[in-house]
Amino acid sequence: MAGLRTLDLRIPSELQHIEGVVAAVVHRCAGHAFDDRQLALNLPVALTEALSNAILRGNGEDSAKEVRVRVELTDDAVIVEVEDDGQGFDLDACTEDPTTPENIEREDGRGLFLMRALVDRVENFRGAGNVVRLTLRRPGHAA
Amino acid sequence: MPLHVSRQGDVVIVEIEGQLIVSNRQELKQRVLDEAETGGRKILVDFSRTGYIDSAGLGVLVSLAKRLRELGGDIRLANLNDDLQTLFELTKLDTLFQIADSKERALETF
Repeated sequence: MAGLRTLDLRIPSELQHIEGVVAAVVHRCAGHAFDDRQLALNLPVALTEALSNAILRGNGEDSAKEVRVRVELTDDAVIVEVEDDGQGFDLDACTEDPTTPENIEREDGRGLFLMRALVDRVENFRGAGNVVRLTLRRPGHAA
Repeated sequence: MPLHVSRQGDVVIVEIEGQLIVSNRQELKQRVLDEAETGGRKILVDFSRTGYIDSAGLGVLVSLAKRLRELGGDIRLANLNDDLQTLFELTKLDTLFQIADSKERALETF
């Protein structure tokens, strides 16, 4: 059963691979007591943001560089780690509030905000590369 | 993300099938700007067959709204499911767009 609780993927740093990774991760979580909204909105959007950041900012869309994704289903949550070869960033300093009057009409600046709004925990740390870790708890398993 | 484009009167209806995300947002942007260039400046985006939207997809909608309003046109959104409605509320973009629960109601607001 351990194999069904983890998933490891590696993709070139190309945006076209995002949908496939998201679909694979959502598929792996289906049937593990997450609710419909978590699988249709929270996880797909937060993971898309993490992958997009890794591809565009971390790896500068250099297709020779890989983005590594590790998924672990625990008893109460799914933990997804997205790792790139970038220098990392300060999560708090980089998170803007896109809902303020001065930001609402900006085209960019919503990615980290959405990530943090849609999953229970977002962490950023150095592993072999720069890692963003998303934790989404199953309903009824609040931290 | 297939785009299905049709016209009703002077309104261009763009139906987005699948996800609207960073990898395909330019396709929507270019298609709408192409329509605007040829006079189609009232745009109705129909989300009835849309899955999820990321920040880049939301950003393109914001950008298109600004451009269309500069040109004297506007944009309306229709048929957002509950998840997508939540996304617009979280980001307060529900205050920037007129959102209708059907194409017909959206058409009435132009």
